[in-house]
Amino acid sequence: MLDLIKQPWPWYLAGPLIALVAILLLFFGKSFGVSATLRTSCSILGAGKRTRFFDYNWKKDRWNLLFVLGAIVGGLLTSQLLMHPEITISQNTVQDLQAIGLQDTTSGFLPNDLFSIGSIFSIRGFVVFVVGGFLIGFGARYAGGCTSGHAISGLSNLQIPSLIAVIGFFIGGLLMTHFLLPYIIQL
Amino acid sequence: MKAIKYIVAGVLFGIVMTKSEVISWYRIQEMFRFQSFHMYGIIASAVLLLMLATFLIKKYHLKSVYGQPIIFNDKKRSIPRYLIGGTFFGLGWAMTGACPGPLYVLIGHGFAAISLVLLSALLGTYVYGLLRDRLPH
Repeated sequence: MLDLIKQPWPWYLAGPLIALVAILLLFFGKSFGVSATLRTSCSILGAGKRTRFFDYNWKKDRWNLLFVLGAIVGGLLTSQLLMHPEITISQNTVQDLQAIGLQDTTSGFLPNDLFSIGSIFSIRGFVVFVVGGFLIGFGARYAGGCTSGHAISGLSNLQIPSLIAVIGFFIGGLLMTHFLLPYIIQL
Repeated sequence: MKAIKYIVAGVLFGIVMTKSEVISWYRIQEMFRFQSFHMYGIIASAVLLLMLATFLIKKYHLKSVYGQPIIFNDKKRSIPRYLIGGTFFGLGWAMTGACPGPLYVLIGHGFAAISLVLLSALLGTYVYGLLRDRLPH
């Protein structure tokens, strides 16, 4: 059993389990959507004093901060107890990434070229961490949700706005992957 | 003990995101290069199952654990808001290889640099709040 858990999980196990998480939250009277925690955090930090968007009843959203606290604990637990040794990705992707100059295509979750702690102080690190993070936060709130809120919750509730948002996610993602990333890696 | 159940759901989420490698930068690259079915299979199977659950909840008027009706809010109709906002988000998603859920999970894995991404996402959210009235929605 433990051996089975220690293997990487296939999509047909992971997808239904993510649905289970979303269904649990529905029965807790909540809606699955992670990026809302960023707005809640801004409000808790006092952004509501100056900006109307953050001046709302954030106490009703505190549950979501507990949810992401759980997600952090889940990551920690898995990394200590249940981790599988390595990730095998498509050979085509490995070749593509090497072709645009990424050296490290084998190290677990994040390429060292981009995410090592030392790279924080490089231009490339600044772009990936600061600009990348900014785009995630700005874009998610502008679109009213991220992958969980739109691609999972919204699409399963047949929301046309969520479909438009997901199309936007792919326009941005394809632009970045195929046109911008090759330059960013060279920085 | 109201709080514990949200933490438990979050822990389950963190484990699934890790074991399915959704938190991997490489998996997101595979997805945006259409070179693996993995991410599409995960999203599609999650959506289909949740769609069924949503249908059943609405059909049988199922109630939450607090005995309240389970409500699904319709999102406001607009095109520019979702398309422009979504494109910004997609640029960030493909660059960092992480959407907000995986950011938290990766911090649990001890990737210190990811905290900087999360802080920047917080800043991006704040700047959106500042500019909100001046942006097309």
